[in-house]
Amino acid sequence: MKSFIKYISDIFSGVASLLKGMRVTGKYFFSPRAIVTQQYPENRHKKGKKKLEMFDRFKGEVIMPHSENNQHKCTACGICENNCPNGTIEVISVMNIGEDGKKKRALDKHIYRLSMCSFCALCVKTCPSKALAFSQEFEHAVFDRKKLIKILNKPGSTLMKGIE
Amino acid sequence: MSEEISSVVDIDQQEYIINIGPQHPSTHGVLRFVVSLQGEVVKSLQPHIGYIHRGIEKMCENLTYQQIIHLTDRMDYLSAHTNNEAVCLCVEKALGIEVPERVKYIRTILDELTRLASHQLWWCSFGMDLGGQTCYFYGLRDREKILDIFEETCGARLLLSYNTPGGLMWDIHPNFQKRIKEFIKYFRKKLPEYDAILTGNVIMHQRTEDIGILSLEDAISYGITGPTARASGFSCDVRKRYPYSAYDKADFKEIIYTKGDTFHRYQARMDEMWESMKILEQLVDNIPEGDFTAKMKPVIKLPEGEYYQRVESARGELGVFIVSKGEKYPYRMKFRSPNFCNLAIMNKLTSNFKIADLIAISGSLDLVIPDIDR
Amino acid sequence: MQDFKFNIYDLSSFTHWVDVSLYSYCTPFWAMMWEMIIIGVAMLLFYAVIGLFLVYAERKVCAFMQNRIGPNRVGPYGFIQTVADLVKLLMKELVIIRKSDKFLFYLAPFIVIIVNFMTMAAIPFAKGIHAIDFNIGVLYIMAISSMGVIGVLIAGWSSNNKFSMIGAMRSGAQIVSYELSVGFSLITMCVLAGSMQLSTIVEGQSECWYIFQGHIPAIIAFVIFLIAGTAETNRGPFDLAEAESELTAGYHTEYSGISFAFFYLAEYINMFIIASIAATVFWGGWMPFHISGLAGFNNIMDFIPPFIWYIGKTFVIIWIMMWFKWTFPRLRIDQLLTLEWKYLLPINLVNIILMALIVLMGWHF
Repeated sequence: MKSFIKYISDIFSGVASLLKGMRVTGKYFFSPRAIVTQQYPENRHKKGKKKLEMFDRFKGEVIMPHSENNQHKCTACGICENNCPNGTIEVISVMNIGEDGKKKRALDKHIYRLSMCSFCALCVKTCPSKALAFSQEFEHAVFDRKKLIKILNKPGSTLMKGIE
Repeated sequence: MSEEISSVVDIDQQEYIINIGPQHPSTHGVLRFVVSLQGEVVKSLQPHIGYIHRGIEKMCENLTYQQIIHLTDRMDYLSAHTNNEAVCLCVEKALGIEVPERVKYIRTILDELTRLASHQLWWCSFGMDLGGQTCYFYGLRDREKILDIFEETCGARLLLSYNTPGGLMWDIHPNFQKRIKEFIKYFRKKLPEYDAILTGNVIMHQRTEDIGILSLEDAISYGITGPTARASGFSCDVRKRYPYSAYDKADFKEIIYTKGDTFHRYQARMDEMWESMKILEQLVDNIPEGDFTAKMKPVIKLPEGEYYQRVESARGELGVFIVSKGEKYPYRMKFRSPNFCNLAIMNKLTSNFKIADLIAISGSLDLVIPDIDR
Repeated sequence: MQDFKFNIYDLSSFTHWVDVSLYSYCTPFWAMMWEMIIIGVAMLLFYAVIGLFLVYAERKVCAFMQNRIGPNRVGPYGFIQTVADLVKLLMKELVIIRKSDKFLFYLAPFIVIIVNFMTMAAIPFAKGIHAIDFNIGVLYIMAISSMGVIGVLIAGWSSNNKFSMIGAMRSGAQIVSYELSVGFSLITMCVLAGSMQLSTIVEGQSECWYIFQGHIPAIIAFVIFLIAGTAETNRGPFDLAEAESELTAGYHTEYSGISFAFFYLAEYINMFIIASIAATVFWGGWMPFHISGLAGFNNIMDFIPPFIWYIGKTFVIIWIMMWFKWTFPRLRIDQLLTLEWKYLLPINLVNIILMALIVLMGWHF
């Protein structure tokens, strides 16, 4: 008799536990407000409520901010190149003769290979003149691999005044 | 290969071999089990690893200590912050630096967030292993909130690289504490839902109870750590026994279960989520003011010697062993990854259970394959 | 020749008109042939539409239960997503497995599909829309619908894949045992109805559906039928034959392209068949919901066409089956058999006796 009671109670407790789970899924079925999906290409534009905004610290890709006068802060010291664990960065510098007649190193090309970058942020963090930064760009897909090799300094840009 | 198989299979008993993995939905990565079956019953199992071996330990020998951090992210990618912290703590220990209190608190908070995120993902994938696919989405839905906290402060969602020897990369985001409090409030409501949908479920109970029993002796002799071992009664929580960062300032319970079956392993992790939230609540308001990094030289050279540091990652004890010859690169770097040891018990746990149990057991061990292979 | 009157509430006049006019134009043999062709094409169309819609519905339902949106790109609300999927499957390569039993390999999906068709023939869709009205309709459905497992077994065997084989064997064990429960729960209702003819069963529910007429035993039988029916269609939580996380895809692991689509469609049509049997036997099929004594209410209910009633009931049951699938974890094979032999079958047997008692004593409504 005892085992029979257990048999019956097993059935009821089992069904009750199943119904508990069904209550959760059933509740979500009837509450479309709980939907968390964001529809990607649409949410980039301002149309919908949930606009896609990356956090300002998001490590999208390394960029070199330029001022309005097309000036950057990079002194071509090469610390970022040394600190990069993957060989992502290559700094090509030229020797310019300054106004006072002294030789001075200046940036020719700051090559950044996005395809090799692992976003460890060591280059940005170690840069002594804060020349590098992260952009929040995340759509990196391109059709040609060569496009992932980027030259960060804009053509014709010069070093910002007051940065050694 | 063929020799290995023929040594395992007993053809007379009508055993046959199937390959579970490397491409199988339930191995959670490129792990391969060579299973010899008799009908549906698993007779023996051989794990084959190395499909995602990237030589991280060897690569570390050519990188400075700051650069090593970003590689450790890629080992156990679900507890990336814990891996980073292990290396940082080891380097700091070797250099004899005391990091600011603020750093310790932030590291601990991030540790627990990582643990929560990892356990959430474990829960949803365990649910999916058992066949309840809805679990997967509920788990991911809540994990997203933690990833947002990570992204706001660390700049990345998964591979944080937020630690650096001596401290942190940058200070926490002003929203950090507010978001964590919001999350805890939210997740305290959602965790009972997890229980309703999976923990209390009679099917789940029958599928996990008395399945894959790991005895205390086996847990110790195989070097099992983490919630897996604590479910067998092995008190091995590094946070309690060798407190690091700010764990000595938090009051929390070490979750110990005694039976060691799949259900207790499951229950241990579920309870750890509650404990993690408790730790977070204690620490999040008490982050002391201060610097986010200790004063460090730009080039770190560890004094000659051997150094070991252990931390409790979401899956168990993660050890970092550094042999230094006084250079800026380590001479040898060795990671004692919890998953590698936990995997070793698979054969013992699964023998004479069914295939469905094999999946449940491997799910309850919470294996992360890149951590096994490194 | 009769005048044609299209009456949505009673389609038998329409079908009768088609029948009479065909016989008046052709010889009896050709008239019968034409009727068969018309019915076959209609069934085929219905089959395809229902199959595609169910795939879409399943994806939407599970998405809503999981806080997702589901398909939403192809067409409005992703409505033609499944059509796009079907076109993709049609264009996919049929992978030929070396060392597989090729004849059986290609035969298996057809067996599953043909069995589906045969079952659908006996289902009353609306008043007058009923391909064959057997006097043993319930028995016929039970007999035929369990033959689908032959296709599954053949598929698992001929693929020459161990995962498929395990899946097929599981499916065999599962359907053989759950067929009992399906049968017994239907027999319980046959006791109440006093007939095995589906049209009689439906007509018998014009006052009150059998699930209300037979109260306790009928409800128990309904629950058992739902559980066993879910198991019979190889759907979650009884999807051991497919068991995605264990056997990757079970018996249809090696199938690709349209032969995979056949299995896939057949699974959904199976679900539809089980749901429509449940709707017919327990919820009155196309019969509107009536409460005796409330004439006004009954008239309003009568205003809804029978076909809508039928489809509505069927989809409610399908939704419940989807709810099961997207909530519960999968059972293990031994638990599956325990559930059947230790729980469902004894309860079912007691239930039949209870129902017989109630019918004898006239305790039903």
